[in-house]
Amino acid sequence: MAQISLDEIAHSYLPFPKTDADYALKRIHNIWDDGGAYALLGPSGCGKTTLLNIISGLLKPSKGRVRFGDTDVTDLPPEKRNIAQVFQFPVLYDTMTVFNNLAFPLKNRGFDTAYINARVKEVARILELEAVLHKKAEGLGADAKQKISLGRGLVREDVAAILFDEPLTVIDPQLKWQLRCKLKEIHEQLKLTLIYVTHDQVEALTFADQIIVMYEGKIVQIGTPQELFEYPDHKFVGYFIGSPGMNFLPCTMENGKARVGEHDIPLDDRTAALGNRATGSLELGIRPLYLTIHVQETAGSFQVPVQSVEDQGSYRVVALAFNDQTIRARIAENDPVPGSRAWVSFPKKWIRLFENDHLLK
Amino acid sequence: MKKWQDNKGWLFILPVFIIVAFSAIIPLMTVVNYSIQDIFGPGQRIFVGTEWFKETLTDPRLHEALWRQLLFSGLVLLIEMPLGIAIALTMPTKKGLGSSVCLVLIALPLLIPWNVIGTIWIIFTRPDIGLMGAFINNMGITFDHTASGLHAWITLMLMEVWHWTPLVILLAYAGLRSIPEAYYQAARIDGASAWAIFKYIQLPKMRGVLTIALLLRFMDSFLIYAEPFVLTGGGPGNATTFLSIYLVKIAVGQFDLGPAGAFSLIYFLIVLLFCYLFYQVLLNVGKGESS
Repeated sequence: MAQISLDEIAHSYLPFPKTDADYALKRIHNIWDDGGAYALLGPSGCGKTTLLNIISGLLKPSKGRVRFGDTDVTDLPPEKRNIAQVFQFPVLYDTMTVFNNLAFPLKNRGFDTAYINARVKEVARILELEAVLHKKAEGLGADAKQKISLGRGLVREDVAAILFDEPLTVIDPQLKWQLRCKLKEIHEQLKLTLIYVTHDQVEALTFADQIIVMYEGKIVQIGTPQELFEYPDHKFVGYFIGSPGMNFLPCTMENGKARVGEHDIPLDDRTAALGNRATGSLELGIRPLYLTIHVQETAGSFQVPVQSVEDQGSYRVVALAFNDQTIRARIAENDPVPGSRAWVSFPKKWIRLFENDHLLK
Repeated sequence: MKKWQDNKGWLFILPVFIIVAFSAIIPLMTVVNYSIQDIFGPGQRIFVGTEWFKETLTDPRLHEALWRQLLFSGLVLLIEMPLGIAIALTMPTKKGLGSSVCLVLIALPLLIPWNVIGTIWIIFTRPDIGLMGAFINNMGITFDHTASGLHAWITLMLMEVWHWTPLVILLAYAGLRSIPEAYYQAARIDGASAWAIFKYIQLPKMRGVLTIALLLRFMDSFLIYAEPFVLTGGGPGNATTFLSIYLVKIAVGQFDLGPAGAFSLIYFLIVLLFCYLFYQVLLNVGKGESS
């Protein structure tokens, strides 16, 4: 186990990259702590898997160095790196039994039989694979297969980190939740460094201590789920995290208030001061969860037409026309549902200002 | 609507049925018809029952031809299957000019007509003007496929391997290309050796295409006719008289249609039996393994 440092990593799949656009990973400079549970979150094609493969050694970065602890592993192949990786689709050795599948990484490294036996049994117990241990891997269901893939990742005790590349994509929702809890449990027990790639924010938020949000080959923000939710560094994080995504309204500063069209939205002192200092184009951002909706006129609220109300089960999403834009608000199941008009207010505490797409702070 | 009124559906398979009837069923039944009669001429025939079958099955020359045939097919499979897999493994894996050129070069022998192949090799191995024949004879080794049965066999094997290994290569290559990259990545992470990758990933994933390759190569080599016919006509002596060559001698050379019909049916059943056995074995291979 070791700290993982990524030193000015950049990667391009082209042999002679010229412009910035040729790079799948633009510039990654980061240190990941030993024993942390990290999630790499971002839309498809943002470079998550590329970054993961660079850490595991399946790819050699075009630029930069990878270090595990004090050792520079940039030029080492994956088998010499002490790393485990679990892939999106279950990878099995079909002709082997479940036991031999789990034992394979250990056998290749020449561990003795007694140790292998004990270790495989232990992992099989954790993953609840004991019943099928001596069956052929080929005939099992998708979830059992993916558990075996997970197991091959967990079986080695000496690994610096276990990397997961969207490992639960093929699993049924119910089991997905169970396996995620299992992983979390394993992380707490074994204190392994886990790096988990996903495009599913729920998965990232429940699994990780630290979430790394990636967008177009760059890391846009690293933080706890709460930080990402309350203080998104970049508009993209605001959109991508939370359901529905953050509302953004272009605004200007007028007397310490944010002016959106003809409406003046009051701000708290700190936010107002930040807004007054800004020189670029300003936008006001607020999470749908924090917008307050009233069915009758209330002090400090704006009257707006209601466009639609969507029932999402445990909550409702109300779409409102605010100054020629649509903003969304989340209301609880039991809250009164507005008719054709509603009054909306913006609690000062939850208003964020963004200058040229970046959070003012 | 009741189910029996839905019989119009059968019309859909009628075209196929007619084609198969003319291409296979009717000719086959004609052979069955010949095999149980003694035919003297048009309109003169007597029913002989299973007599031709008894005669054919006890014919010592047929037994010799059958063993020769089995040895030949066995050798062909033993050489072509491993060689084809080995060459497929060394081919370029990335799409591009390299793999395209390789594929075209490898497929070339498959494009040459069978009788032309025989002629090419006759000339190639001739001791006086053939490149290979002259070369070997100049080294002091006498090589003449018209005089020595062994030399005729060597020439035939070379011809066969040169002609048909490409088919095994192409099939094996297709099988290898269909293995997802993640398998190789996982194997690298697991620290697997090249041999382990071959044994546990490539070979099991190629099982389907290799079964097809094996069946095709077995059937084709078991039915070999054109090459030995062109090379030595079954000689020297009876050294390369395989089943099909012997069959043609009976049917066309001696015009014994009755025994030839019985022979054909037995021949057909032998091929069918072996294909079934191979298929069953390959289908179940490796499935019995436990810890």
